[in-house]
Amino acid sequence: MDAMASPPEGNSLARQHLIDPEICIRCNTCEATCPIGAITHDARNYVVKFDVCNDCGACIPPCPTGAIDNWRVVPKGSAYPIEEQFEWESLPVPQAFDVSDTAALPEEVERQTAEARRGEGGLVRAPASAATPAVNLYTVSNPIQAKVTGNFRLTEAGASADVRHLVLDFGGNHFPVLEGQTIGILPPGRDVQGKSHFIRLYSVASPREGERPGYNNLALTVKRVTEDHEGRPVGGVASNYLCDLNLGDTVQVTGPYGSAFLMPNHPGSSLLMVCTGTGSAPMRAMTERRRRRIAMKEGGELMLFFGARAPAELPYFGPLKKLPTSFIDINLAFSRDPQTPRHYVQDLIRERQEKVARLLQDPDCYVYVCGLKAMEAGVLEAFQHCCERAGVEWPALRRTLLEAGRLHIETY
Amino acid sequence: MSIDYQERIPNNVNLAQDKTLQRALEHWQPEFLSWWREMGPDGSTDFDVYLRTAVSVDRDGWAQFGHVKMPDYRWGIFLNPADPNYKINFGEHKGEAAWQEVPGEHRANLRRIIVTQGDTEPASVEQQRHLGLTAPSLYDLRNLFQVNVEEGRHLWAMVYLLHRYFGRDGREEAEALLERRSGDADNPRILGAFNEKTPDWLSFFMFTYFTDRDGKFQLCALAESGFEPLARTTKFMLTEEAHHMFVGEAGVGRIIQRTCQVMNELKTADASRLRAAGVIDLPTIQRYLNFHFSVTIDLFGADQSSNAATFFSSGLKGRFEETKLGDDHVLKGDAYPILILQDGRIVEQQVSALSSLNERLRDDYIRDSVAGVGRWNKIIEKAGIAFRLLAPHKAFNRKIGTFAGVRVSPTGELIDEAGWACRERDWLPSEADRAFVTSLMGRVTAPGKFANWIAPPAVGINRQPVEFEYVRFN
Repeated sequence: MDAMASPPEGNSLARQHLIDPEICIRCNTCEATCPIGAITHDARNYVVKFDVCNDCGACIPPCPTGAIDNWRVVPKGSAYPIEEQFEWESLPVPQAFDVSDTAALPEEVERQTAEARRGEGGLVRAPASAATPAVNLYTVSNPIQAKVTGNFRLTEAGASADVRHLVLDFGGNHFPVLEGQTIGILPPGRDVQGKSHFIRLYSVASPREGERPGYNNLALTVKRVTEDHEGRPVGGVASNYLCDLNLGDTVQVTGPYGSAFLMPNHPGSSLLMVCTGTGSAPMRAMTERRRRRIAMKEGGELMLFFGARAPAELPYFGPLKKLPTSFIDINLAFSRDPQTPRHYVQDLIRERQEKVARLLQDPDCYVYVCGLKAMEAGVLEAFQHCCERAGVEWPALRRTLLEAGRLHIETY
Repeated sequence: MSIDYQERIPNNVNLAQDKTLQRALEHWQPEFLSWWREMGPDGSTDFDVYLRTAVSVDRDGWAQFGHVKMPDYRWGIFLNPADPNYKINFGEHKGEAAWQEVPGEHRANLRRIIVTQGDTEPASVEQQRHLGLTAPSLYDLRNLFQVNVEEGRHLWAMVYLLHRYFGRDGREEAEALLERRSGDADNPRILGAFNEKTPDWLSFFMFTYFTDRDGKFQLCALAESGFEPLARTTKFMLTEEAHHMFVGEAGVGRIIQRTCQVMNELKTADASRLRAAGVIDLPTIQRYLNFHFSVTIDLFGADQSSNAATFFSSGLKGRFEETKLGDDHVLKGDAYPILILQDGRIVEQQVSALSSLNERLRDDYIRDSVAGVGRWNKIIEKAGIAFRLLAPHKAFNRKIGTFAGVRVSPTGELIDEAGWACRERDWLPSEADRAFVTSLMGRVTAPGKFANWIAPPAVGINRQPVEFEYVRFN
């Protein structure tokens, strides 16, 4: 792995699996099921060994009580030892930064999320002022149905990329999301081996009150996948399914997921956003949230670095151009635009180094990076460059950012 | 009749290829369904019930949730995955390779063990068949039905062993399992406690807490068996059995919680005022506990038993957590303490460890039961109420073993017949107690609503909300 993308030391949090002693009936099923001996007991409690448990989830379905389904986010190195767990009569109160979901996520969601957030180097806390997210309300075995109420192309007709803005409506059912969260889509049908397709995760592109305020709906930004990262032709199962949906069709949805990549809620907080392609979805959600609240004059700055091949392929290009510069500082980078020199987001970050360095050091500024994995190392290098020019030590600042829940990276 | 085996009967015993087993099941399965319709949950055939179905033994197949009609429940046949290094871990054959087929000399004993275990499964379904009519909530109704279908699956598990390993007499025993009836004077179930009535939900929760826990300990002992198919079958059954004990422990706990809440609201411990307020007073709960505890520990059999010694020495039935014990696993010449009557006193006496294996399993069971009673007491303690529940003395109200017919108080004092007669009402549920508890029973069918005498659970099933529609009546 690139040195820039490797996890920084000593900053990260970990998810600790715990058993609720108030609900557990000491039936031994979890201990009997665990394939690696991570669960043990004494005369009082059943407990999970933090250093042994690998989060495989084998113990979850056999538990008759749900006591097994408990998690706490703890600083690595300060996990609860089993000696302490043996003494518990109830679970400890979650620590302030712990916004972990109370339930284990589907394996495929965990895998995709871990891969997307590798650059953060462990569990990162949410901004302290973020709203509390609802997580994992709907599962693979119990998905929620949403109705398609909008599906239109964001990229121009001639552009090679088919990026779509999809609106899903949940009718009378409760499906709360926050900007930055993702949802799972269950594509119908089966793969060539006869198995159900995996869940595919999509970032929500609309703010918490809905794509249309007051409606129980949300928007997704979906790019039709026709080739893989190396350019070989493939048909993305979920993206093609979503892009081809008609109004009125129903979609099976799981989630919501994500409890750290969230925006701050406090007045005066600033957002530094870097994205490429459909990585713009969470940025669009956050920007739209702030736009709708412009009249409240909450303060704080918005700065956006947005990369695409060409203007015609930039999702939300039209609406973006209409936003006042006093509201958001937009920097567009085009890598294949005949009209302009080849530019990547990291080039623009370097060009704007003074402001970027100032924002990175501002304790009220929160940084979000979302898009293709290829840009991650380049963006972090650009941040380092900006810091060096400003006489700031980047590795230490990076740790500070991660510890404060101020740096969030999601790449794929 | 033809059956799509993979779809209709989820299994990991290669049923689709096993013609002999198919033929046996083709005959037995319709009889099972007709038994279910006749003796299964009363009037429930059309209900859609949110049930857990096992479709395989791995992580993703273990617990599939969805609304199903109970006669369409996919009763499957599952064995825990085989362990190629599995050995006989105790008795005279200790260290030898485990048996994959029934050894001729142990055939009768093994069949008897399997039939006795198998008989309890349909028996409890029969005992509980009217409870659905008075369920205190949809959540509890669903839990009752889940227990019932899993008892049905446990019957399937035992019938599989009979069909697969015992030939013609196995098939006959499998049919007899569907012919005996709980409480029938002419053709009763084999064990006493399984011919008792389960007339109300307090009894049901006590039964699932205490009597299903006997099932757990019997299954744990069989899970150590040198006959590997039996060990693997019972290991998988134990995973399901845990749900039954959960229903019992949480059910009694929620009744206690509700009673404590009303005691605090009314600031009273007076039983008549609490009964007037529609909750079950703690002394009545104690009397039910005394009854179910004492009836259940009888199920372990006589304190000293040559059968138990034979089952152990021949490698058929081990002790609780046999492989975790630190002795020689043969027990020849070892001693074990049991209680006896001597000169008008209850005293401990060392006897042969081999002949007292029933007593040992009973003691293991008692330790496990008492721990749960302690957790119930935590609820009372948390409510700031001074009352504490107590598991009665091992010699209290026994019908089997050394203390059968001996009058012993719940705290372990020997008393005479007159003393018993005047205190019995304080120690065991009276007709009046039972009539009162019965008077509280009435069906609650609105999602999220609970009868007045029981608190809602802390969490729903499979992360569903408590107000989920766990049963649809159609």
